[in-house]
Amino acid sequence: MAIHLRAPIIDQELLHKLKAGDEVLISGTIFTGRDAAHKRMIEMIGKGEPLPFDIRGQIIYYVGPCPAPPGKVIGSAGPTTSGRMDAYAPTLIEMGLKGMIGKGARSREVVDAIRQHGAVYFGATGGAAALIASCIKKVEVIAFEDLGTEAIRKLEVENMPCTVIIDTQGNDLYVIGRARYERKAGG
Amino acid sequence: MKTIHTSQIIDTVEKLCIDANVYLNHDIRDALIKAQSLEESEGAKSILQSLVENAEIAAREGMAICQDTGMAIVFVTIGQDVSIIGGSLTEAIQEGVRRGYKKGYLRSSIVGDPLIRKNTGDNTPAVIHYDMVEGDQLKIEVAPKGFGSENMGALKMLKPSDGIEGVRRFVVETVSNAGPNPCPPIVVGVGIGGSMEKCALLAKKALLRPVGSENPRKHLAELEKQLLDEINQLGIGPAGLGGRVTALGVMVEAYPTHIAGLPVAVNISCHVTRHRSAVL
Repeated sequence: MAIHLRAPIIDQELLHKLKAGDEVLISGTIFTGRDAAHKRMIEMIGKGEPLPFDIRGQIIYYVGPCPAPPGKVIGSAGPTTSGRMDAYAPTLIEMGLKGMIGKGARSREVVDAIRQHGAVYFGATGGAAALIASCIKKVEVIAFEDLGTEAIRKLEVENMPCTVIIDTQGNDLYVIGRARYERKAGG
Repeated sequence: MKTIHTSQIIDTVEKLCIDANVYLNHDIRDALIKAQSLEESEGAKSILQSLVENAEIAAREGMAICQDTGMAIVFVTIGQDVSIIGGSLTEAIQEGVRRGYKKGYLRSSIVGDPLIRKNTGDNTPAVIHYDMVEGDQLKIEVAPKGFGSENMGALKMLKPSDGIEGVRRFVVETVSNAGPNPCPPIVVGVGIGGSMEKCALLAKKALLRPVGSENPRKHLAELEKQLLDEINQLGIGPAGLGGRVTALGVMVEAYPTHIAGLPVAVNISCHVTRHRSAVL
């Protein structure tokens, strides 16, 4: 059974109960951000400027969506590879970011920050982009419009299906799941 | 001598870009369905099922299968008896990509300079590869390539003494290191031989073959089968969450090479591996 999770994260206790491998359905407000937006946010932090949104308790979805076709709020919108945001994520987690949605492995530094500050890394299915778009009900560009697909968007999502990849304890489903099926013989 | 007007080329490329991004190829769809029967866990089965459903939604709604609609890689095979009129062939292809990505509401993912990194806003330029052959036909194949998978490829100049074992080890190691990043279940293109750039191109061209097809040369077909078996023992599985199907297919292409070398390139592609072609 999937666990329902509201965003932004108010129920910190529920976040701590999530275990790597749990299926969740996320509803509420989340923000998009990928390579270029992260670079700018970190530069803003360096200059002591406020971020485009209050990051405390928020979930960032690593996505660069397709343009919205007529009659839709957004085009296809699946996750991008999270590892490219590893250089920036620990700083944001320290500032209060509680969740990240993406796909692919994270660095040791990110896992450490997740454990230390009680955040969660969620996986969305890479390539299931049209399916995920159907969970996005409202879209508003709130910063860096010049970046096109890489602009920061505020999304209203309903029952967006994700899997807990790295929980607040630092357990990593990519490691656990693979070990379950790996056949070492043969070499 | 056959004459082809650039306006026809623009229209063709425009349509190929849209179709490649919206309609999942049947070989991939069949492989995803077959993979469901090979998986043991409900989780892995349900991810594979969601990929099939995603393709159905994309086709029905006319949306991109994946939001990373890729860098447009265009393979052009031009007969030497074809004459292009109405302007530049290269510019016609770029214009077709420009129009296709706009008309199809596909994502613009190209930065004009790899270091300055400003988005060109229309997904151009495409990467175009030309092959000159006999005859009077013009074949255009558009293969949009996402970079989640492209980033996980690798190339190595092996020593001849490394042999087939060295090739096998390098391919499996590359896929193992890629882990969950390239959107498994993946399709693996392998190029062996030629020179440094030739083996990279062979690896990319291998991805144009139908998934499940065999190289006509027996030792390469056997290598393909062995690599697929080994890769599927890595346990990475659908979406990297663990499972039996890490790759849907492995395709190997080879070319003569130098007495001193054994170049190998691995081009990893995701479970939407896209390509559409037309012959004019």
